[in-house]
Parts: sequence; C-alpha cells; structure tokens
Amino acid sequence: MVNMRLVNLTKSFEDIVAVDHVSIEAAAGEFFTLLGPSGCGKTTTLRMVAGFYDPDEGEIYFGNKLMNNVPPNERNTGMVFQSYAIFPHMNVFQNVSYGLKIRKMSNEDVKREVEWVLKLVKMEGMEERYPTQLSGGQQQRVALARALVIKPDVLLLDEPLSNLDAKLRVEMRTEIRRIQREMKTTTIYVTHDQEEALCVSDKISVMNRGRVEQTGSPREIYETPRNLFVADFVGVTNFFRGKLSSISKDGKIATLETDQGFPIEVQYDGEGMVGSEVSVALRPEAADITSCHAVPKGMNTTHGRVKLASYLGDVVRYEVETDYGEVMRVDVHNPTGRQVFSEGTPVSLIFPPESVKIIRE
Amino acid sequence: MTYMQLFLSTPLFTESLVNSMIVGIVSVITTSLIGVPLAYLLTRYEFKTKTVMEMLSSLPLIMPPFIGTIGLTYFFGRSGTINLFLLNFFHAEPIPFLEGIGGVIFVETLHLYPLILLNCSASLANIDPALEEAAENLGASEWNRFKTVTFPLMLPGYAAGALLVFLWSLSDLGTPLVIGSSAYRLLAPQAFLRITAGDMFDPFGNLACVFMVALSLIALLAVRKYVGLRQYAVVPSGVPQSAIVKRLEGKRLIAISLPFIVLIFASLLPHIGIILSSFATVWSFSYLPQGYTLNNYYEITFRTPQFLTNTLLYCSLSAALDIVLGAAIAYMLVRKRFPGHDSLDTLATMPFAIPGVVLGIGYLSLFHNVYLPGMTIPLTRTIILVILSYAVRRLPYTVRSCHASLQQIHVSLEEASKNLGANGLQTFMRITLPLMMGGLVAGGLLAFVNAVVEISTTLLLIPSTEYGPLSFGIYDYIHTPVGYGSACALGVIAISMVAITIVVVNRVFGKRMGTLFRA
Repeated sequence: MVNMRLVNLTKSFEDIVAVDHVSIEAAAGEFFTLLGPSGCGKTTTLRMVAGFYDPDEGEIYFGNKLMNNVPPNERNTGMVFQSYAIFPHMNVFQNVSYGLKIRKMSNEDVKREVEWVLKLVKMEGMEERYPTQLSGGQQQRVALARALVIKPDVLLLDEPLSNLDAKLRVEMRTEIRRIQREMKTTTIYVTHDQEEALCVSDKISVMNRGRVEQTGSPREIYETPRNLFVADFVGVTNFFRGKLSSISKDGKIATLETDQGFPIEVQYDGEGMVGSEVSVALRPEAADITSCHAVPKGMNTTHGRVKLASYLGDVVRYEVETDYGEVMRVDVHNPTGRQVFSEGTPVSLIFPPESVKIIRE
Repeated sequence: MTYMQLFLSTPLFTESLVNSMIVGIVSVITTSLIGVPLAYLLTRYEFKTKTVMEMLSSLPLIMPPFIGTIGLTYFFGRSGTINLFLLNFFHAEPIPFLEGIGGVIFVETLHLYPLILLNCSASLANIDPALEEAAENLGASEWNRFKTVTFPLMLPGYAAGALLVFLWSLSDLGTPLVIGSSAYRLLAPQAFLRITAGDMFDPFGNLACVFMVALSLIALLAVRKYVGLRQYAVVPSGVPQSAIVKRLEGKRLIAISLPFIVLIFASLLPHIGIILSSFATVWSFSYLPQGYTLNNYYEITFRTPQFLTNTLLYCSLSAALDIVLGAAIAYMLVRKRFPGHDSLDTLATMPFAIPGVVLGIGYLSLFHNVYLPGMTIPLTRTIILVILSYAVRRLPYTVRSCHASLQQIHVSLEEASKNLGANGLQTFMRITLPLMMGGLVAGGLLAFVNAVVEISTTLLLIPSTEYGPLSFGIYDYIHTPVGYGSACALGVIAISMVAITIVVVNRVFGKRMGTLFRA
C-alpha cells in the first residue's frame, strides 16, 4: 500500500489548459474519485498518473518516489480502460496473465495468481473464453482482473462503467467497491456520474475546467458543497439568489429575500455580510409538499402549482411553479400510501432553515 | 497426366516453377522488411520529414513494373549510372542488379513495398490505442508491445498486403520480359514464350498457367482462411482516443529515417529514369542523358499516334463495360439475397488472383477459330478480346467501389421512394444510381487507368502492331535500337494518366490511396 500525491499538476494541449495546477492526495488504500463533466481534465489527470501524458508542470509521487520521468511500463499502475482494451487476440487467461508474463513470473506462479484473481472477480472457469464470447460485464471483470493481478501500486479506473447498461452499472460499482476493500489498493477512479462517485468513494475531488473545485468525503461534497458548481453538479439543487437582510443573534440563521420576493431563513456559516447578494441552495428532498392552504404563506413557505409530476416508484419528482414565479424541484421519497399530486394541483412547499445553505460563487 | 510428368521432369520447367515461388516468397519478405517498419514509423511517430515520406512512398504504385524496369536500367543496368560510377572510380566489375531472378526480385521490391505499407498503415490506424496503452501499462516495453499486441492485431492488414505482393510478383510478365533472357526461367515468361512462339495449345505453356493459377489460389485461400479467422473488431465502441504518437528528433530521427529515405528515393528512380530518358537524345554509357530533345514526344504523337488513340478507345470501352457490370453486380451483392450470392462475391474479386498471362492464353485457346456471325476473321484476330480481357481484369475495381458506396446508402431511402409510388427501376434510376455515382465514376476511372498499363494480356491478344495500344507500343519500341526514348515518352504519358486519375479520385471522391490497393 502506498499513497499517491499530485502537486500542482498542469497540462495543456496546444492553447487549451486541460489540467490546471491540480494538487490532490490519495491516502494509502483509499478509494479516490475524480468527478466532473466531460472535458474537465479528470481523464487527462489519470493518464498523467499512468504516464501516457507528460505533465507540463508539477509532480507525481507514489509514496516518496517521484514518478514524473518513469516510463508508463515501469510505473506499476494497473489501469482499467473505458473501452476495457481487452486484447481481442487473446483468451481470458492470456489477457489476465499478460502483465505477469511480461514480469517473467514462473508458469506455476502465473497459474496460481490468475486462478486467484479470477476467483476474486468471479470469473473462474472462463480462462479459455475469447473476448467476443464475453458479455460487457464479464469483459469489465477481465479488465479489472488483468489490472489487479500485477499487484499495482495504484489502481486506475477510467470511466469503467460507462459502457454498461444501467442495471449492470449498479451491480458492477458495488463489485468494484467490494474488491477494492478486499485488496486495499490505492485507487483513482474517474467518472462523470455523481451517484456512482458518491456510492464507491472514500474521497472525491470535483473537477471543473482543469481545476479541483472541492475535495472531501462523499457526505461533505453532497451536504456542504463549497461553491455553485459543486452544488449544481453533485445532485439536483434549487438555487435562489437574494440579498441578506439580517443575521440572528447567535449567528446561525440568516434571513434573506429572493430577487422574486420570497422570504427565506437559511443556515449561516459566516459566508456573506448583511446587505450582500448571495446564492443559496436547497436540495429537492429537503422540502415538503402538502396540499394547498394547509399552511399559510410566509417564511420558508410558499404556495404554487404542480407543473410536472414524475412517479418513479421509490420517489415522486415534482416541478412546482411557485407564486413568486420560481420553478422548484421537490422529491418525495417512499411515496407509498401518500398522496401524489397531479399536474395543475395547487400545493404548499415548506422547508426548514437548516436545509438551505449559502453557496460561495 | 503424361504431360504433367514430362513437365515435372524437364529441368527448365521445374526450375521455372521453383524460381517463380522464390520470386513470390522473397518479394514478400523484402517488401515486408521495408513496409512493416515504415508503416509503424509513419503511424506511431511524429517527425519533420513524415509528410513528404508518406506522399513519396506511395508513388511506386503508379509505375507499372515493366515501364519501371526500363527506367531502372539507366541507373542499375550493366552500363547504368551506378555501374559506370563503380567502373570509373574503382575499376569494379559491374554488379548485375537487373539480371536473372535477382533482378526481378529487385524490381518487385521497389515497386511493391507500398502495398505492405498501405495495408499495414490502415490496420495500425484501426487499432484501439487503448490496447497498446494497456500493454504498456501492464509493463511491456515498445518492442514487447509490438510483438505481443500491435503486430498480432495488424496481421489481417499485413496478410492482405503480403497476398497482393505474392500474387503480383508471381504473375508479373512485363518485368522478366524487359529484363531479358536471363529472367526467362519463370512461369509467366515461359507460358508467354511457349504460346507466342507458335502453338497456342502447347501443353507446357498451358501447364505453366495451371501452376500459376494453383499457386495464386493456394495463397488466396490460405490468407482468406487465416484472415477470416482473425477479423477482430478492433475499433472500440466508446470514444476513440488519439493513438500514442511519439516525437522523433535529432540523431534518432536521422538514424531511423535515413535508410527509409534512401529506399524511397531508390524506388523513385524508375520515375526519374523514364522521365529523363523521354527527353533525352542519347543516354548510354553516361551518368545522365547527353542531350535533351522533344523528338520522342513528336514521334509518339505524329509518327505512331495509333498507340495513344487505341489506348483511349480500348480502355474507355472496357471501363464502360466495367461500370455497367460493376454497378449491377454490386447492387445484387448488397441489396439482394439469392442462391449463389457468396459465390458471386468470390467470383467478382477473383480476377485479382488470375494472372494476366493465364487469362490471355485462356482466351486464345477458348476462342480459337471462333467466328462471330458475319465476320470473316476469327475472334482472336480482332480487338474484341483485348477489350473483354481488360474489362474482366479490372472489374473488381468497379464492383468494390460501387459496393462501398451502396453500403453507405441506407435502404430506407429506396423504401421511401417506393413508398411514394416509384417502381423498382424508377427507384434505382432516380435514387440509388445518383447516390452511388461517386463510387461508380471513381471505380471506372481506376479501371480505365489500370487497363492503360496492362501489359500481359495486351501482348498476347493484340493481333498486330497497328492495333496496338500504348503498353504494346512501349514493348515494341524497346525492341528497336533507337526506340528507348519513345518507349519512355509513352511511359511518361501512361504514368501521368495514372497519377492524375489517382489524384482526381482522391480529391473528388475522397478515397484514400490505401483503400485502392487493399485485398
């Protein structure tokens, strides 16, 4: 087990800065995710760790060893490619044993290691199969086995689930998580899927335009997004903009009026002063929806009309147009036995001050 | 069978058989030694001279080997530039570059290595870069990676190129004929000489043909089987990334690219030779021509204009035939399912594997003493067979190029037309034909220029000099004492036509040179 550090890593392609002074540290054995939209530099970062790109600036460390000038084939990073890159002219055994053979391991040892790793990824008995005879999920497992069997210092996963269908994706991400826990290999995982990132990671760096916007545990990222981009990219968020009008005596609650005139009490953590213009965020599941006129309009309470209601079984997603003219998204989880409002129904929305957070621009 | 025994017990014929196999196999080896590394260099590295090398390295293909050999003679012949240089400065014995089967292999190597290069480059470009990266990530060095991943994955392309080299070098008649009697101990010239010497039913001539076809078919089937087993879907389903391209600079660049630059230059000497010679007064026992003139062009334009006009006539007619047949066959292959579909598919590409000598001799014996109704001379004394043989030999070009454009036309376009009330013929004329026109014209042009440089069937089927096309004229001229310059002028016309056509096809129809020479 070894930790991995990137210090001020920078890479440009022609005049586009793909990765801009990225500094992150993955502790030994940690599952570290780079999360961001396409083009944010996460894959470029990963490929620099693998050695396929040379950084323009900055350092890559595995433990205390500077890796910058180590060629890719000597870095001992196991990489799972987005397209899996299973060698089409080799069967499963040949694919998985490839790295071991290159390392000149004896035949018995190769056999033992391959057997062990195929068991780990639940592919025992498939040694003779060729890639075309494997399903997408199975190819994924072979790719993972091939990367793991060389006992890499760092395991690199480049959007490994993006080519799988939705159900398999959910299954495989728990598999990857289980295997990583078992192997305790330091892992860098690249994805644009925030749900996937929240599910598998110990730590997440949210990236945008080549920069790291926030690094933290999944819970920190989701519950206390540090800025607008993170709040917007991770999960669904209702944003309001308005002017802070007062701060409570204990300094924990602030009051503001949105630009549309909706009065809101929000959690205050020192960001912004009275009179300043701020953005606040509210997660859809934090608001409650009830039939209209059950509660009067007022602080953190508004009336509106259901514009769209999507029933998804475990959750009902509403889009409500409020009397102030904003469209708010509200999720009602576990709707069984509760009233589902149809489109056009007048409703009341209510949410507690602790669920609304001021977001740095 | 007794003829077969006699054939196999006659040293001349067994030697020819063995020599032909040697020429085929050694040419594959020599062209591979140049083509494979050059393809890897050009696809996996980035360097200054790359674009120029890419452009120049496909030029040998526009030069038909029988014309190229004439050009090479000026530099590599017994009294050519190089031997002259060796004699003047070192008093060395002349080196027989262009003699015997070694000479044939020398010419084929310089002429055919682009086939390997183009096929391998195409294969290399299609390999998912992630596969090579995966190998590198798992610890493989560059050589190891090439051995275990890159080369196995480009094998289908390589095999296709190697097959073409084998077939072309095996069936090449022009080169040994131009080199002369020292290169006659090969199947193609043996068949040709036996048949043209008098008896077209000469059993040995025909047996030589049988062996050539057999060798071609064995090679074709072997490669088909092998490649068929190994058609990998190498293009990834996801977003293709750019291949690993490494920069090559300074001393390494010079060390790696210099041998290839020398080779590419050598492969362009045929072009330089015939161009210089076509403007030369005399070029003999001197490094370069002794004087320059336009007389050779005057000669071929005004003294023997029939060579040019005949070429235009025969090649246009055969290309037109190819366009009609090619469109029909391609339409059947792409749009219809019928018994014999696969056989037609194979049959349509077969002419690539049938040596021109064999086709020519086959026509001579098949149509021997056959008279068309109302004609007083036998069919073999007319030019009909020449045109027919050109058409058959070049048919694969139009079939293939129509096939490709038809596959781009979605069936739903034809269905929409029928849905709107057009019948089958109207749909074909108004929708399908206009949409496949590009492929049709491109294929037709290629069929045309390839007929221009066809030598083997021409020599066999042309009844007399006044009916001879350009290729016949070249052969005719080099057998007269002062005709080399005129032969070269005709050669310049021929390769200009090929070059212009390929540029047009490239520019207008967006076909890559590589796609035109792939099996």
